[in-house]
Amino acid sequence: MSDFHHSEQDPDRFRKRILFAGSFVLLCFCLLFGRFFYLQIVQHEYYATRAESNRISLVPVMPNRGNIVDRNGVILARNYSAFTLEITPSKTLGLEETIDSLGEIVEIQLKDRRRFKRLLEESKNFESIPIRTRLSDQEVARFAAQRYRFPGVEVKARLFRQYPENSLAAHAIGYISRINAKDKELIDAGGHEANYKGTEHIGKIGLEAHYEFELHGTAGHEQVEVDAGGRAVRVLSQTAPIPGNNLTLTLDAKLQAVAEQAFGDRRGSLAAIDPSNGAVLALVSSPAFDPNLFVDGIRFDDWDELNNNPDKPMLNRAIYSTHPPGSTFKPLMALAALTTGKRTPGQAIADAGYFNFGNRRFMDDKVGGHGMVDMHKSIVVSCNTYYYVLANDMGIDNIARFMGELGLGRRTEIDIPGEATGILPSPEWKQRRFKKREQQKWYPGETISIGIGQGYNAYSTLHMAHALANILNYGKVYRPHLVNTITNPTTGEVRVVEPQPVRQIDLKPEHVEVIKRGMAGVVTEGTGSRAFAGAAYESGGKTGTAQVFSLKSGQKYVAGQVKERLRDHSWYVAFAPVDKPKIVVAVMVENGGFGAQSAAPIARQVFDYHLTGRLPGGPAPEVEAPEADENTELIEEAIDEAD
Amino acid sequence: MKLIKRIIQGILAHLDIPLFLIVMALMGIGLLTIYSATSSDGFWKLDKQLINIAASMIVMLAVARTPPQTLMRFAVPLYLLGVILLLGVALFGIVVNGSRRWISLGFVRIQPSEIMKIAMPLMLAWYFHKHESMLRGKHFFIATLILLVPIAFILKQPDLGTSLLIGAAGFFVIFFAGLPWKVMFGLGAAFAAAMPFAWTMLHDYQRRRVLTLLDPTSDPLGAGYHIIQSTIAIGSGGGLGKGWLNGSQTHLEFIPEKHTDFIFAVFSEEWGLLGNGILLILFTLLIGRGLMIAAAAPTMFSRLLASALTLVFFIYAFVNMGMVSGILPVVGVPLPFISYGGTALVTLMLGVGILMSIHTHRMLVKK
Repeated sequence: MSDFHHSEQDPDRFRKRILFAGSFVLLCFCLLFGRFFYLQIVQHEYYATRAESNRISLVPVMPNRGNIVDRNGVILARNYSAFTLEITPSKTLGLEETIDSLGEIVEIQLKDRRRFKRLLEESKNFESIPIRTRLSDQEVARFAAQRYRFPGVEVKARLFRQYPENSLAAHAIGYISRINAKDKELIDAGGHEANYKGTEHIGKIGLEAHYEFELHGTAGHEQVEVDAGGRAVRVLSQTAPIPGNNLTLTLDAKLQAVAEQAFGDRRGSLAAIDPSNGAVLALVSSPAFDPNLFVDGIRFDDWDELNNNPDKPMLNRAIYSTHPPGSTFKPLMALAALTTGKRTPGQAIADAGYFNFGNRRFMDDKVGGHGMVDMHKSIVVSCNTYYYVLANDMGIDNIARFMGELGLGRRTEIDIPGEATGILPSPEWKQRRFKKREQQKWYPGETISIGIGQGYNAYSTLHMAHALANILNYGKVYRPHLVNTITNPTTGEVRVVEPQPVRQIDLKPEHVEVIKRGMAGVVTEGTGSRAFAGAAYESGGKTGTAQVFSLKSGQKYVAGQVKERLRDHSWYVAFAPVDKPKIVVAVMVENGGFGAQSAAPIARQVFDYHLTGRLPGGPAPEVEAPEADENTELIEEAIDEAD
Repeated sequence: MKLIKRIIQGILAHLDIPLFLIVMALMGIGLLTIYSATSSDGFWKLDKQLINIAASMIVMLAVARTPPQTLMRFAVPLYLLGVILLLGVALFGIVVNGSRRWISLGFVRIQPSEIMKIAMPLMLAWYFHKHESMLRGKHFFIATLILLVPIAFILKQPDLGTSLLIGAAGFFVIFFAGLPWKVMFGLGAAFAAAMPFAWTMLHDYQRRRVLTLLDPTSDPLGAGYHIIQSTIAIGSGGGLGKGWLNGSQTHLEFIPEKHTDFIFAVFSEEWGLLGNGILLILFTLLIGRGLMIAAAAPTMFSRLLASALTLVFFIYAFVNMGMVSGILPVVGVPLPFISYGGTALVTLMLGVGILMSIHTHRMLVKK
């Protein structure tokens, strides 16, 4: 403790400490100066660059999305600019209060708030999120006058997608909606992430999805000076965006409208193709939906309604719903027989009204049979027995090979996503399809039903129209396509989606003539005659009926619907004019009854408009179920023979 | 006429011209920098700072005229008042930004820790002065207790920055009172030895917080953001700076707290290494002058008070510039005489006033 004695008696000691403190201060300040020297001289370049990159930000400038117009220039999808009121949450002084007081100036509904909340959850903190879209001019003016009250709130001009014809061809055109995680993967996989930096929407289905990268365009960039909050202070330089390409469709919007109207409120689908080049003239899936609902982010109740509707409006029936084609399969079978040499046109069978195979008896629809039936008559009267025998003679492998060549049981490669392959039955298919060994075996009896378009057969209307178009084109196969030309709006350069035949099926013209004449006979004297009575052109067609055996499992049993939903599906495939076909259609009406009853009248209205310009007065009428010889196909009976 | 002359003479008699000029220069730099930092929000902050300066100047002049003996009489009551108010804060304080620092006296809100910045050196200087003739180990021990009680309260608020500053102020008095080097080294060694144990006692999140404090770049968007941006500002300033009102980091709002704790980054960006050098010279002159005053002071009380207050200016300046340039952890310390803010300025000018009082009354005491 002696250290403490007289310690302060010695002013020298205090002076020494002052001196020490002074030196320490100088040392510390030298240290600081050293630090400043290091930062400001040695590392100056580095920090100057960092300050610049802080200051300057590359902001993507969104290109205009390409328009979609029909073959006559009718606009089906376009953009319009509208003012939106947007909030950057990180910059407000309280989000709820901001929205509340904004509500006093512009109308903000509950649904706006809900959507905002949802977008907020999905977004990054620095993004601005729309609270109101499509502000009126008055609202913009009112906000502008008071904007000082709302930090972090801005009016922005944004481009919105609009589908002016609403639900017209909705499944074919598709819609755009906000980019989700899956879309992001697709963008990254294609190496488009840089171009999509500022993009919020992407095509989800239909042409909007298939031609996404044509429609999108190339983003431009603005070099802007930004503050720490990311707000642009001024623009330093700019590269303009390149707008997306416009699509001109092969689709005829008026024809499409006629076809959609023909369905009325019935469920079903229609595919109309120009057989000479595969151009899709109309592609109907009924009922449809309004794609405009999706553009701003669909409201929950709208989505709920679309998803839970038992009629499934979101389903693209024309390319995705597959059903047994029924008797519409018969002309294809006939051609298969001619091409493979199993039949000649004149070769006839005696139809007793049934065909026995093993211990089973396959019935014709006409009791007692049609008598002597050659190929032409087999098509005109839709003789089952003829095709039972034929299928048996050809064997499943030959049938499958020929139908596969025609384009059945595989994707047509139409230019919209979501196409079903359908089912082209064959022993190989069965082996792939089933797990159990006994189920994998192909039974010769199954071949017999395949011959009349029943059994495992399942095709979409697009499949059937495509197959018929291939026949009428003498085996030259064109990919069905909805887009005719892609136009670059900047250079005016037009790219034609060239109708190059993708392959050639080996068909003999004289064989095709037999089929055409047979189908023409259906219209003049057969099952199609009522629907086409008085038509100003010659057409060929074939009715078909697919039996609905039971409701699918999982579907609710609704008493009032059962009767209607248990009716057969109605098919009609047709072409016109017979000499030089300009249009092929395949129509399917779910639970429409006989082919001649519901489907054929729809085809009639479509042909009438396409060939003569006649507009129908309303939905296609149901033609009364014709005489008794109309086909209720697939009457299969087991003959109980003792075994 | 005569009256005015007398008043001016009265003022000048207790004004230390070198100290006054240095402080004026620093405040001038402060005003220029505040103008640049706040120009986007209008000039009301500049106006307010001018009022702050005027008010603090009056305080300084008033204190400068007060003899040290009178100041000494305030030591104990001011210290006790401070402790009582700190106790009050702990019990009924108002929470602002997660810290309980303020107490409401009905008509005005005050931050008692601010009082302690002056009361602490005053109290300790008084204590050592009282026991001048027979300083023993126990006096240093008691002095340490006097120091630690309020610091414990302030740490609890929690306000690490202020407790460090007050701790430093108190420590300076004890140091200048003659705390033996042996004891200081002993305590330092013991403290260092205890560190690893303390580290193992901490929770993971506390450790992370300490680590971010030491290395801000490990958390570039959170705690490190401020430091990274202020370092960029300083570095990009270069040798001669970007020029007054031209700092992009400042004017595009990248620098946080740019008119208060981080004002040095603003100054540094616009005036460069040259400006920093001038600023360091001004602070060196300030501290040099303060230490000269201390060395010339006639009594134990005035010596200890002057030297401690001078080193408080130093510690403010050093900690602030050190944290803004990224060599010290971020604690909330303003840059003396430059940062915007009335309370800190009044406290600082009170200190300047005390220094002037000590200097201008030294002859009187000798007599």
